[in-house]
Amino acid sequence: MADLSSNLAGIKSPNPFWVASGPPSNTAYQTHRAFEAGWGGLVWKTIGTPIVNVASRYSALNFGNQRMIGFNNIELISDRSPETNFAEIAEVKKRWPNHAVIASLMVETREEWREFVKRAADCGADGIELNYGCPHGMCERGMGSAVGQQPEVAERITSWVMETATIPVIVKLTPNITDITAAARAAKRAGANAISLINTINSITNVNLDTFVPEPTVAGLSSHGGYCGPAVKPIALNMVQCCAADAQVGLPISGIGGIANWRDAAEFMALGATNVQVCTAIMHYGFRIVQDMNEGLSTYLDSKGMKSLSELVGKSVRNVNEWKNLDLNFQRVARIDYDKCIGCNLCYIACEDGAHQCIDLVAPESINVDLGPGRVPYKVLPSIREDDCVGCNLCSLVCPVDNCITMVEIKNDKPKMSWSELQDKVARGEMKPIPPHP
Amino acid sequence: MRGKLPILSVTLNMTFKPLLPADTIAHNMADLHLPLRAQEAIVEADRCLYCFDAPCIAACPTGIDVPGFIKKIASHNEVGAARTILTANILGASCARVCPTKVLCEGACVLHDRDEKPIEIGRLQRFATDFVSERKISVLKPPTHQNGIAVAVIGAGPAGLGCAAELAQLGYSVTIFEKEKLPGGLNTYGIALYKMTPAFSLEEIELVKSLGVKIQCGVTIGKDLQIADLERDFKAIFVAIGLGAGNRLGIPGEDLPEVIDALTFIKRLHSEPLEKISIGQRVIVIGCGNTAIDAVTQSIRLGAQHVSVVYRRGADDMSAYDFEYAHAKHDGAKFLFNCMPLEVVAHGGHVSGIKLVKTHVNAADKLEAVAGSEWIEPCDMILKAVGQEKQVPMLKKLFPALTMNERGGIVTDAVTGATSVAHVFTGGDCSNAGREVVNAVGEGKKAAHGIHQYLSKKQPEFPTQHSRLGHKPGASGSGLLHPIRAHELEAALAKKLFSKGKSTK
Repeated sequence: MADLSSNLAGIKSPNPFWVASGPPSNTAYQTHRAFEAGWGGLVWKTIGTPIVNVASRYSALNFGNQRMIGFNNIELISDRSPETNFAEIAEVKKRWPNHAVIASLMVETREEWREFVKRAADCGADGIELNYGCPHGMCERGMGSAVGQQPEVAERITSWVMETATIPVIVKLTPNITDITAAARAAKRAGANAISLINTINSITNVNLDTFVPEPTVAGLSSHGGYCGPAVKPIALNMVQCCAADAQVGLPISGIGGIANWRDAAEFMALGATNVQVCTAIMHYGFRIVQDMNEGLSTYLDSKGMKSLSELVGKSVRNVNEWKNLDLNFQRVARIDYDKCIGCNLCYIACEDGAHQCIDLVAPESINVDLGPGRVPYKVLPSIREDDCVGCNLCSLVCPVDNCITMVEIKNDKPKMSWSELQDKVARGEMKPIPPHP
Repeated sequence: MRGKLPILSVTLNMTFKPLLPADTIAHNMADLHLPLRAQEAIVEADRCLYCFDAPCIAACPTGIDVPGFIKKIASHNEVGAARTILTANILGASCARVCPTKVLCEGACVLHDRDEKPIEIGRLQRFATDFVSERKISVLKPPTHQNGIAVAVIGAGPAGLGCAAELAQLGYSVTIFEKEKLPGGLNTYGIALYKMTPAFSLEEIELVKSLGVKIQCGVTIGKDLQIADLERDFKAIFVAIGLGAGNRLGIPGEDLPEVIDALTFIKRLHSEPLEKISIGQRVIVIGCGNTAIDAVTQSIRLGAQHVSVVYRRGADDMSAYDFEYAHAKHDGAKFLFNCMPLEVVAHGGHVSGIKLVKTHVNAADKLEAVAGSEWIEPCDMILKAVGQEKQVPMLKKLFPALTMNERGGIVTDAVTGATSVAHVFTGGDCSNAGREVVNAVGEGKKAAHGIHQYLSKKQPEFPTQHSRLGHKPGASGSGLLHPIRAHELEAALAKKLFSKGKSTK
């Protein structure tokens, strides 16, 4: 069995799965339930001057028969007093000494930051997360993403924190910024021990077409919310990789954003996250989802012969590169397995209307194919013109049958050549520019 | 084992009278398939892959753009979904209830081949058409331009209605002549009540009337009006008179009062109070087509205790669909295969049994009775469902120049509905010798365009979706022109491949 224990900047936890700061990490009661279910750590719902919330607070993006592929909230930080929160953290730590409990903090002045950082350490928290990401409500008061969006402000506040901090400090980054690495570098410059990302993305999920008020609705008005859930995973992966690959960041990363199962977690780790945090999936299904996460990740590591998480972390970071370094001479085409094709023709219409017109509908006998599953006699079949296929993947993406359309590498005798190399060769007069596509 | 000798010694508590109170029968005759609730419809619609040139369209004899209307349901555009359906098939609401979808659209669904349940196209179609009819939303409008040309339609069944509605939308002035008191043909008089009620059929016909079609009921052509009258007043005639009375068995005792033609019995269910309809305790149904099944299942719903089907061949040969057969068995019907009736046995002038004999196929591939295998099956009611008479004599009388085929149907152009008489067109059962409601509607619709072509001298523009499907003219594009039956084609192919020793994969 692979070792799932995790260490993020000195914060140890039995596994890399942490409950992210949010509604599921609001109380000691919930934390006990989370740890009983198998979570390795938890970032407490952000502690600060208690706020007052509104009703309603959440809205969702559904797609087809799937509820909540995207999720949006306008809930603020903890509405409970700092005394209550710190006392409950102390209680939790007593019962769960080996689990990680992180105090998420958000206050305004230098004095307040120093005071809260000290109280967090005093109550026994294993680390501190600085909430510079909350994109709604708090930012209007100069906190949350108002801080995270200005690297110099974030750097200043982080340095206040570092003056007092005796436990590891994680800076939580907002994705509502043009270049995530600017914020990550600021955290590094201020001496933070780790970064966590992403916080939620500014969003409006939908508009009620009867009332014309978007959701969530509060007495006829809505507000810009924070977007999360499975749909944000690609955005989060991108930002995690950017920070992991940036030499000037060089901080351990706690990955957040749309993680719902062990596969998502493994992808975040491969792109450089040391551990992961989960919120929306718990809000959807409860703490119990972690059982599959622990089991699935462990089985996966075993299947790859990896003894610990460190062998996985960062494995894919270097496999993402700048476009200019990709090989222009690499060739790939789509191939249809006619034993699997069910005859929906989605590949045809996607290529015809949405891509590069490389699929024909032809008589089965003209391409020497028998009638297979789903092919009504006399019904035409999609057939790929490989010479024209640009290898874009679209047909294989729309195909509703697993492994029916695969992308196959076509060997050619052309040497590897990237756009940069081409530019250099053209500049040196060794090559002519590649003519435009007809 | 059954005795070989008459078993009249068995005392039977024979009855031939109404058996159940009205509320029990109403409960028994309630919808077999429940309508989809709104959320179920959305979930089901979202399962649809939205195939391009989908086989379900090719399998629909009216060429409904099935994925198109399903995706409209998924986006809550129910009105648009109903418009897609009703534009292609004016009787889309009844077809949603009565179509044998398992062998048509749903039988062709590609999800079968991903080892999944096909999309419930019929129930989704019902959802969309119910949506607009319950809310009285008109999705079809009469044409703004009338060409003033009058066309007569004989018969207000599905073919006649399909043709009339399409002609009306093309601007013609259409009058349907119907011999029955009510329009609708088999839709009103011949569908199992748990699939569709006469009231529903009549309500649907209001949609046809709303397009400007006039329907004159209680008019028999050849009696109340002559063909010459029609030829004087109308530029073209669409003949959609369906099939005739039920075939006779030709055995002694057939005219006893409890021996009834199944279609007559079913028609009675559609025109009389159900609690007043006499039904036997022990009913024998002769024949094993879909009408026989309807007779079986409705006899049971009226209170018959023992219902058996007698069929001279085996289960593999019956024309009833598998799911109809399963339905009858589920209802408790017994099937006596490979036997045929010799004589109706009477007691005191009333049916008390039927003498049957076993059959086998002889060396010359002919069905023959097995000598000495006779027995008497007790019963107090017999329903005959051995097909309907062709309309040859009637048609020959009305149109002496009409050419008939060897199956007793009118020789018809499959695309235009044209016959051997220039101004006479046809479709439905009198032309195809008996198929589904949806085939009749599709043929009526095609003939409307054939008539339009004949009268306007323009090339017909068939309202089919643009399609690249079909590299053979026999299976091209929308099912309107050449409907396919996926399972039949596949079965034929499998047979061909197996005979070659190849796998079907």
